[in-house]
Amino acid sequence: MPTLFEKVWNDHVVVPESAETPAILYIDLHIIHEVTTPQAFATLREKGLPVRRPDLTLATMDHSTPTTPVSSLKDISVVAPGAAGQVRQMEKNCAEFGLELHGFGSKHRGIVHVIGPELGATQPGKTIVCGDSHTSTHGAFGALAFGIGTTEVGHVLATQCLLQRKPKTLSVTIDGALPKGVLAKDIILAIIGKIGVDGGTGHVIEYRGDAVRAMDMESRMTICNMSIEGGARAGMIAPDDTTFNYLHGRPRVPQGDAWEAAVRRWRSLASDEHASFDRSVSLDAGVLQPMVTFGTNPGMVVGINDPVPDSDDASFRKALEYMRVTPGKPMTDNKVDVVFIGSCTNGRLSDLEQAAAILKGRKIADGVRMLVVPGSQQVKDAAEANGLDDVFRAAGAEWREAGCSMCIGMNGDIAAPGQLSVSTSNRNFEGRQGVGARTVLASPATAAASALSGRVADPRPYL
Amino acid sequence: MQAIRRIQSRTVVLPTKDIDTDQIIAARFLTTTTREGLGKSLFYDLRFDADGAKKPGFPLNAPEAEGCRILVAGNNFGCGSSREHAPWALLDYGFQAVISSEIADIFRNNALKNGLIPVVIDHGIHAWLLENPGVELTIDVDASTVELPDGRREGFPIESFARHCLLNGIDQLGYLRQHEKAIRRYEESRPWKP
Ligand code: SF4
Repeated sequence: MPTLFEKVWNDHVVVPESAETPAILYIDLHIIHEVTTPQAFATLREKGLPVRRPDLTLATMDHSTPTTPVSSLKDISVVAPGAAGQVRQMEKNCAEFGLELHGFGSKHRGIVHVIGPELGATQPGKTIVCGDSHTSTHGAFGALAFGIGTTEVGHVLATQCLLQRKPKTLSVTIDGALPKGVLAKDIILAIIGKIGVDGGTGHVIEYRGDAVRAMDMESRMTICNMSIEGGARAGMIAPDDTTFNYLHGRPRVPQGDAWEAAVRRWRSLASDEHASFDRSVSLDAGVLQPMVTFGTNPGMVVGINDPVPDSDDASFRKALEYMRVTPGKPMTDNKVDVVFIGSCTNGRLSDLEQAAAILKGRKIADGVRMLVVPGSQQVKDAAEANGLDDVFRAAGAEWREAGCSMCIGMNGDIAAPGQLSVSTSNRNFEGRQGVGARTVLASPATAAASALSGRVADPRPYL
Repeated sequence: MQAIRRIQSRTVVLPTKDIDTDQIIAARFLTTTTREGLGKSLFYDLRFDADGAKKPGFPLNAPEAEGCRILVAGNNFGCGSSREHAPWALLDYGFQAVISSEIADIFRNNALKNGLIPVVIDHGIHAWLLENPGVELTIDVDASTVELPDGRREGFPIESFARHCLLNGIDQLGYLRQHEKAIRRYEESRPWKP
């Protein structure tokens, strides 16, 4: 009675695990970017090894790239001097090892976790890894996808395999119909609030239930994306017609008869009815309200109109002090300086549409800076084709080039010390968006409403 | 990698819970293309103020923290980003082991691959260590034990293969490459191809 996870795991075991040694697990797709790979390529060079499967390696640049227009490597030393060396190194590594790079000028450049699905490289039943913890995103398609370190990036480049101990399984059932103005981001924030930031440690999560079945792929990706914020390396959702419809016709999926055969195989991946999980939790999405974080980890979440809780725990107190929020008062009391819409969590077309629906015909509050950063070049093109860029510009927001941007603040897109940023990204750690910057995680709707009001705001009155 | 069998040192304590890898090494220090020299950026925003002066209250800045090889941290150390720069920075600074009541999965993996020992111990002893900074501990990798000042030895879990590699200085990539035949057989025999 295997689970979805077990089926995918079993299908990729090259050498089974024993008491002494972990399993050798085959990797079907390895996505690489400029920040976590240079040292791995250096290892290959030292040992004189080639990349074993360039055809299973997908390369792009996203983390440290500027979001102001850059069309060539020549521009980059001007707009992003810090990142220039790394970006050049990535070009050099890909050229030398024979890897196709979706770099500047490519219409498929973008955040690693946005372009994999867009290209159809992300597919049900695959094992997918990347030197980035949000690789869990790809689990939305029923893939086993997780983040790895740079040493492991080297292992996969050289052998297409990883040494892995089999993790435990955690079932998260989400039932109920989502109330208006409540989005996938609110659900996953509520789940992390419930299980805690270490609640999923050592586990792979499978998200199940009516609410999950009713979601489109982009919402499912938002949910799986933040599995790591709950401590789980991977989050998975069984593939269904929604998944197949999303993938159909994309550049890297099988075509013709091979497509039919793939769909038949994918349909058999769902957990068996009586599959057992090591742990289970459930959540009623029908009673949720928009959620925001109030502290310095993604488990410190509260309903938009609820009072910030209190505790005498020293770490909790330290977080409130850093955030300058008052227990007993709702987050809507807090003034906003910066709003960021983007990232691998919420930088896809539907996310931009949710934000634009609220901003349309309105102006953001005085003194608020708003950045809208599409997750990929494809998202950018699609948004522009629908006129979303005009909506954002007319509202007073900056419409920028694709990349990670303020999610990680490596490319100069940061908030100033002390500024409060309402962000659709995934981490509200101290300093994540700039030294001393205070991050409030929220859905695209909540972020857009906050830009309009100038304070952290409930999106529902704007709908 | 060098073989590691025993670490003996006084502890330095960071009691904060959920210390994430962004705090261990901030993203702005990740534009490097090598592994070396990251120790100076370790815990940078906690160690230094805006002018680059050492913050007096931060435990690593205290004179008695000098030369400590063992870091004791609050629950769920190393959560967040998968950046291997976090263990690289800790090692470059001089740490050889991290002790907590919980250590995040990816960090733990990355640490083991670089010879930084992640030690997860029970809440009672963890609480005692948090309250008693500077005590002398001995970590025995082979026996997977931490010896406390009173001579008591507490076991900690460590993946058996990772331990074997640490004790013998084995490079895991070499081990994987020895299985080339099995990998090829798998690639050829699987019913569907990625
Ligand atoms: S958007 Fe943020 S979380 Fe996602 S890959 Fe980029 S840096 Fe990582």
